[in-house]
Amino acid sequence: MKRRRFDWRARAIQIGFVVALLLLWYYLGRSGAVSAIFLPQLPRVAEKFIQIVQSASFYNNLAVTLFELIVAVAIASLFGLSIGYLVGRSRYGVLVFEPLLAGIFAVPIIVFLPLFMLFFGIDIESKIAFGATYAFFPIVLNTIGGISQVDPRFITVSHSMGANERQLFRRVLLPAALPVIVTGLRIGATIGFLAILGSEMIAGLRGLGSRISNLAEGMNTAEMFAYIVFVIILAGILNLTLSTMQRRFDEPKSAS
Amino acid sequence: MRVVPVPGVTQHAISVAGVSHAYARPDAGVVQTLNSVSLDIRKGELLCLIGPSGCGKSTLLNIIGGLVSPTAGEVRVNGQPVRGPAPKEVAYVFQENTLFPWNTILENIKVALEFQGVPVSERQDRANQAIEAVGLSEFAHSYPHQLSGGMKQRASLARALSLQTDILLMDEPFAALDEQTRTYLGEELSVLLAATNKTIVLVTHSLTEAVFLADRVVVMTARPAEIKATINVNTGHPREPSFTTSAEFSDLRNDLYALLRDEIEKTVGGFVGRAAARDRERRAVAGEGGARS
Repeated sequence: MKRRRFDWRARAIQIGFVVALLLLWYYLGRSGAVSAIFLPQLPRVAEKFIQIVQSASFYNNLAVTLFELIVAVAIASLFGLSIGYLVGRSRYGVLVFEPLLAGIFAVPIIVFLPLFMLFFGIDIESKIAFGATYAFFPIVLNTIGGISQVDPRFITVSHSMGANERQLFRRVLLPAALPVIVTGLRIGATIGFLAILGSEMIAGLRGLGSRISNLAEGMNTAEMFAYIVFVIILAGILNLTLSTMQRRFDEPKSAS
Repeated sequence: MRVVPVPGVTQHAISVAGVSHAYARPDAGVVQTLNSVSLDIRKGELLCLIGPSGCGKSTLLNIIGGLVSPTAGEVRVNGQPVRGPAPKEVAYVFQENTLFPWNTILENIKVALEFQGVPVSERQDRANQAIEAVGLSEFAHSYPHQLSGGMKQRASLARALSLQTDILLMDEPFAALDEQTRTYLGEELSVLLAATNKTIVLVTHSLTEAVFLADRVVVMTARPAEIKATINVNTGHPREPSFTTSAEFSDLRNDLYALLRDEIEKTVGGFVGRAAARDRERRAVAGEGGARS
């Protein structure tokens, strides 16, 4: 895998595209062609954005959502990594459980959201459980994939040199599978974030998602957009952090 | 036939007694790879196993190394029956590059020493020594993918040497390399190994490599493999490159090929031999008829 050369032109086109969208938004709002209820004017949204990042309730909602996300991803990682390792180590385990887990992941789990509410209540517990459920699948599937696809020669060689199970895990299975596992964690965290915001919006008391749906119901679209912009920025930061992490793990194998 | 170690008498480093091996394949039923192979290998000897592709040479090597269990028979290493890998006594060099790509050369060797149970304090020195022995000091901190195929195999050899075992098993260590590199590494190996007095079993496809390196070449038959013949090479180590141009060398190489030819034909289902046989038959018939001389 060769690293792509940084392409200034491609980057300029990307930035230009985003700027064009913002300009379109700005002029649509100013011309009055679209009602401010559907599409609030850009300066109004910017104003609201500055207002909300200065308000205490914003930080409470942000803290709730981030807390839910961190706990959900931690739970999903704990179960996903350990179950993935146990399944991935056995060929029969992979044969049985990999299609089963992939099959469940293909089910739109969101239809079970009412069940999560029944079991865990309407507050953050149900959001954590729901987010963890969604995040679990990419993590467990990638861990199974990563562990089971380690080149068997590496395992044979290690056994011939006297490696025990613990050394095999630490020195061979983990480093060999890590890039794939980290990809699973990245996808898990992204999907978990999505699931948490969605479940907050559908039925929640606190958090960024429930704030956005409350504002929408109150026709307070300018503030709603400000929140949406913030969520987009947050998702961008999350993605950037995780993909930087992922690149770091890929490096030793692909550095040229 | 079991070799019982007798005190005071030179004991065989490796003793293979009546070893057979078979495995079940879903599409082809039971495949018999080895048929009652018996072989004694002296301490300090370099023995080459040669035979047609897929005949079970590598399986025999893996049985000696304890990576595969025989279906019948027994292998003893230093008089002890083999029950599994014996990392203190046996080190491996495999055909393809089996260095960990996520570790540098130095780290690879240190991990090997960790696996073998060498104390942390000794690992660095032993790893450096082994890297120096194969002339890769400059590349100690390089990753395997940064090295050429020949260097990678040298690094694999360094890893095996660092384990300081009495026995070294090499499974076609140079097969993936081009011929010049292979020849050069063969010469290097001869020099390196003359100094170590290790017992070495080398599986190879190359007649030249076998004659150049071995004290004794064991020719195996097509599957199920048996021992067809054993050829002694009585030139001392290290061997000079000029050995390859000697009459002794070419005689041995030709003998070896003659022994192998039938077996290779069986494996590849060749027609050269059959065509020749038909030709002979036709001539014989014609001869009887008196039509030709």
